[in-house]
Amino acid sequence: MINFGFSISKPRAIDIDRNNLRKSNEIIREMPELQACIGCGSCTASCTAGNLTEFNFRKVHTLVRRGEYQGAYEEMNKCMLCGKCRLVCPRGINTRGIVMLIKRKLGDF
Amino acid sequence: MKHVIVIGGGIAGMQCASELLRHGVAVTIIEKDKDLGGKIRNWHKLFPTFTPADEVLAEMRHRLKVSSNLTVKTNCEATKITAKRVTLSSGEELKCDATVIATGFTLFDAKIKEEYGYGIYDNVITSADLEQMFNENNVRLKQGGTPRRIAILHCVGSRDEKVCQRHCSKVCCVTGVKQAMELKEMFPTADVFNFYMDIRMFGPGYEEMYREAQTKHNVHFVRGRISEVSPTIDNRLQIKAEDTLTGRPLKIGVDMLVLLIGMKANDLNQTLVEECNLQAQPSGFMRAKDSFLHNVESNVGGVFYAGAVTAPKNVGESINEGTSAAHAVVEWLEKR
Repeated sequence: MINFGFSISKPRAIDIDRNNLRKSNEIIREMPELQACIGCGSCTASCTAGNLTEFNFRKVHTLVRRGEYQGAYEEMNKCMLCGKCRLVCPRGINTRGIVMLIKRKLGDF
Repeated sequence: MKHVIVIGGGIAGMQCASELLRHGVAVTIIEKDKDLGGKIRNWHKLFPTFTPADEVLAEMRHRLKVSSNLTVKTNCEATKITAKRVTLSSGEELKCDATVIATGFTLFDAKIKEEYGYGIYDNVITSADLEQMFNENNVRLKQGGTPRRIAILHCVGSRDEKVCQRHCSKVCCVTGVKQAMELKEMFPTADVFNFYMDIRMFGPGYEEMYREAQTKHNVHFVRGRISEVSPTIDNRLQIKAEDTLTGRPLKIGVDMLVLLIGMKANDLNQTLVEECNLQAQPSGFMRAKDSFLHNVESNVGGVFYAGAVTAPKNVGESINEGTSAAHAVVEWLEKR
């Protein structure tokens, strides 16, 4: 193949039709409360790990729900399970439980 | 006996008329359609209780008892309105002691937002169309069959400067949640995605309903406005939006797209401003004399407002305004 000196970027779009939503559906079925997230960001704002690393719990679980699993497990590993996010969540989501569930479901991703 | 003309025979007008009759005032209702009831006649169920709209309308008709003091003029429009006189489209002039304008709103024409493909693609419908389908028990795709994936788009013709509708229509958010739940009940295996800019659950029980839609019905909520809709090779609809909560563009193919069309100021309001000396707000909705203490009074003495003519309102609020307007009218008549 001739190298013309440029490359094509991978599309950034989340393509729901291409993504396999099986894992995402399993996660929501086990803990339907995750769907109650209104994206307020309280979890991320209070997050100990998020203050020290790039970890953003709200963003990662939203991506997982859209079928974007790449790197989610590694991200969730940054969580120290301190549980502050659960104390502040206005929708009463068991956020720590969600971290554990995503790690269990997506360990092989 | 005092005589009051109520222009508009929707729920606000009906409530106002029945309340005036109870106070011993003669009432004439001017209705442009062939029947009383207004927009609610085309609605299936009402949020947040899923009460059939028919039930509410039946009760409103019951309240508006047949009386020798009540005249209903249907298929008839008012062209000029003052406190003492109303001119009809037929040229007829009616005398009165006060008037109540309860002409409501006009539904936004979804064709104006061409990028969503209403009137271009078969399975792009409006929230009003969907209510009609619910009424006929005929929710299906144009080519037949049931939808497996449905998108609902909020704020069509609301909060959108590009179509000169800067205001929030208030009731579409909760209607979108209600319709998503009804669709999920009808098609339990279908996926429903609501695309929203903000979710505004302003009334009692609305927020609870939103949560129920999320956790019990597994309705997906994506924060982001759809930018465009295009057809796919297999006759589905391809939607593009940004999933703003992840900061990435999002693509999704759906079988049906429901546009939650907003309430725009009634097309007749322009006439009220030009011909009748009444004042409108920048949104086009009529301006009440005061937004705290004189909600149902206009800037002209003896001309009153009730319902969605002054702002988007839900059914309960419109009915309450009918009552308020009637009381304000009675008070005004007593002072004469």
